Order: sequence, then C-alpha cells, then structure tokens
Amino acid sequence: MNDQVTISPTTLSIHLTINGRNHALDIEPRVTLLDALRERLHLTGTKKGCDQGQCGACTVHVDGERVLACLTLAAQVEGREITTIEGLADADGTLNAVQAAFLEQDAFQCGYCTPGQIMSAVACIREGHAGSDEEIREYMAGNLCRCGAYPNIVAAVRQAAQELRS
Amino acid sequence: MRDFSYLRAGNIEAARNAAALPGAMLLAGGTTLIDLAKCGVAEPATVIDISHIEGLNAIDVTADRAVIGALAKMSHVADNTEVKSLFPAVSEALWQAASAQLRNMATIGGNLMQRTRCPYFRDPQNFPACNKRAPASGCSAIGGVTRGHAVLGVSEACIATYPGDLAVALVAFDAEVDLGERKLKVEDFFLAPGATAEREHDIRPGEVIMTIEIPGSAAARRSTYVKVRDRQSYEFAAASAAVGLELESDGRTIRDIRVALGGVATKPWRVRAVEDALKGKALDEDTVRKASALAVEGAVDHGANHYKIALAPRVIARAILKLGETA
Repeated sequence: MNDQVTISPTTLSIHLTINGRNHALDIEPRVTLLDALRERLHLTGTKKGCDQGQCGACTVHVDGERVLACLTLAAQVEGREITTIEGLADADGTLNAVQAAFLEQDAFQCGYCTPGQIMSAVACIREGHAGSDEEIREYMAGNLCRCGAYPNIVAAVRQAAQELRS
Repeated sequence: MRDFSYLRAGNIEAARNAAALPGAMLLAGGTTLIDLAKCGVAEPATVIDISHIEGLNAIDVTADRAVIGALAKMSHVADNTEVKSLFPAVSEALWQAASAQLRNMATIGGNLMQRTRCPYFRDPQNFPACNKRAPASGCSAIGGVTRGHAVLGVSEACIATYPGDLAVALVAFDAEVDLGERKLKVEDFFLAPGATAEREHDIRPGEVIMTIEIPGSAAARRSTYVKVRDRQSYEFAAASAAVGLELESDGRTIRDIRVALGGVATKPWRVRAVEDALKGKALDEDTVRKASALAVEGAVDHGANHYKIALAPRVIARAILKLGETA
C-alpha cells in the first residue's frame, strides 16, 4: 500500500463477514457496527442498551474476541470475522453450552441484556477467566443486568465453564 | 454524531500524513473517540483508522525493558506472562481498568490519549463553559458537583481528573513514549491544565505514538497497583496508587521506591516527596504512613472531593505495606 491517502466519499461501500456470511453494505462512515447489524442487516439479537459503551448489551465477537458493537465503526471491522448471538447455535439448532446453561440456571428475567451476557460469557470462558465465581464476577463486570439476575448468571457461566472443560 | 470522512491508513507513513490534515483524528480502538463523538465533544472532519496497520502491536519484554507497540490491546498486555512477572503493576493497572470488552478494543497508544470523564466536559449541550473544550469559556465544574474532581495539579481553568490507570504505573517506572521523531517521558507527555486546559498531551499534528518503553528494575518487578473505587469492578478510581519497592539485603531497609497516584490529579501524578522520605528508611507502618501523607501537600479541594485528600495517602500506604508483606 502506498503512503498517500485519499478522502473517502460520504458513502462507503463495505463488505462485512457476519456469522460466516458475506454482506455488502453502503453506509455513512459514522455508522456503528451495532446500527449496521440492527437497522441494515436486521440482526436484532444484538441489543442497544446505553449506546455509550457502558452496559455490554451490544457485545459481539470480532476475530473471536468480545467487543462492544456500539463503539465500533462498521467500516473499521471490514475484513474481520464478526460473530453475533445469531451465529452461536449450531446449524441444526443445537444450543451453545452457554445458551443451554443460561436456560437451565434461569439466568435472566426480562432478557434484554442476555444476548450480550451470553456473548461475553462464551469469550470469558475461552479466555480462561472463568476459574472461580470471583473471577467470573470480575471478568463479566462489563455486562450490566438491571433485573439483578447476577447470581444466576454467575451460576450459568460456572456450569458452562465446567461442561466445556470436561 | 456528526458525519465525517473515513480513511484507512495502510502504514505508519500514511497515518502520519493523514494525521497532519486539519480536523483529522486517529481511530485505534475507538473507545474514546466514538464515545466522545456521540457526546458531541469530538467533531472530527476526518477519522483516520490506524487499526489495520501491521506490526505496531508487538509486546517485547525482557528483564531490561518492555517495549509495547501502540496498537497492542490492553487485554493482551495485561495477560502477557512476562509483563505479569516483570512489571506486575502494569498488568494490574490494565486488568482493573474498564471492562473485558473495552480492554479487547482499546490500544496502549489510545489509552494514553484517553480524555477526562469530567461530566461537564462530556456534556457540551448543557454546559457550554469548559476551558478544555473551548479555551477561555470558563469551567462549569468549579462551583458544581465536584465529587470526582482532582485535588492535585488543578488550576483556576480546570479541575478535571485524569481518569486512566495504565499511565499511573508508567510514570512510576519512568516509561517513555516514542513518537517517531521524538521520544519523551510519559510523565512529560501529560500536561497539567495551568492556563491551557485544552492541551492535555505534548503531541503535535502529524505525530503518531509508535511504542511505549518501560525500563526494567527491581522496583518494577516488585510492584503493585491498588485501586479504590465506588464499586468493586468496572469503575474509575476514587484514588489509586502504583508502587514499586526494592529492599536492601537486610530485608527491611528501603533501597528504591516508586510512587504514583491516579484518580486524584489532573495528570498521572508521580509523588517523589514520598519516595525521597522513604529511601534509606526501615519499612514499618508508622514511617510509611507519615511519608505517604506528603503526597497531598498543596492539595486543593472544591468541596465534595475533599475526601480524596484523606484517601490518597491511605491508598499509597496500603500499596506499600502490601508489597512489604510479599517478601
């Protein structure tokens, strides 16, 4: 790539890889990944809570790591692998171990924060940060639950972590 | 959020050229820039995405020094095995900051460019007066709700607290920031407000942070970051301390000590008065507490933040005494 840069037009044509599928989009540069997912691609499982990077409801994976879609520009993640809650279960509908554990442990009340909690928990376990309840609380701190289902969320993450280890 | 042009820089030269354009701002993790653009505080004409530049995210650690690429993610540095063993305060400052998601996004270079969380700064619609946003417009915080505001390094123009954790550990251990053409101490990279609150960093148009270098030392190897806050996790510091300690072979006389404060000052705040008072002294609680009190000499409160003047020395003392117990 050369050292010169050119000013982009007001509309960008980008390609996003989401849950293994390629999507072509024409967007304004300011469009966040969250708005692109929800408003353009109708993948509404990713929730808009605070839209300010404070609640974790919009947690998705980019190249396997959990990030906040509300503070990510859609244009910035072109060429990256994006996974949303819609891409977590197997093609035949078999739930991910974390999804199953959330159901079994009744780890939600209203359910609005749940997709973000689950995406965060999948990554938390994969990172190796689910070794104890204390560690789960620390590394799940970026996902707020206004219903206060925290004890059940910790139980679900603990259960899924044990299942995935064995 | 106002719209902007978007450029993706393919290499560092392109980033430098674009960074010199009027109204250009660099985008790395986006956790500060996109947030402030949504608040109406940042209004870039052009956003230059540097996150796709290759080779700027290396973490290279030896006993002599740590060299951390500007695009290394906070989470990767926090979890790095060598950083944990040779610079524990750096790892602790990082994993106690923000949330796991934000640490996966935010870069080390971007972390240094993090802006204050002063609620008046972040709300231009309701509080037009802010010397940091608009020079000579006044300060809405002075005379306002000041519970989170600074007591050290303040001026009549600005009392906004520096919110970060990592840079507190960096100034304690004499880290340097490499801007390509220039290299300077992290301590000098941050500017106290004085009469120019709008200038927070010694960085010029066209300069891009390349790496951060931390010299290795016995004090860095035996170090910790203690952070006291309103909730246990995912919260900014009410007061924090990065401390490193080296004892003489007798196991009780202090040979070297490093102390820096966060959450109470307008920039990452090294407190040499405490260090000087403790070098050569025996490590005992009474001596440590007396020396720690020197950290807040000259502190100025604005009412609701008065508690920080009592809290900061206790956080320093707790950190030093904790290190003393782990021989």
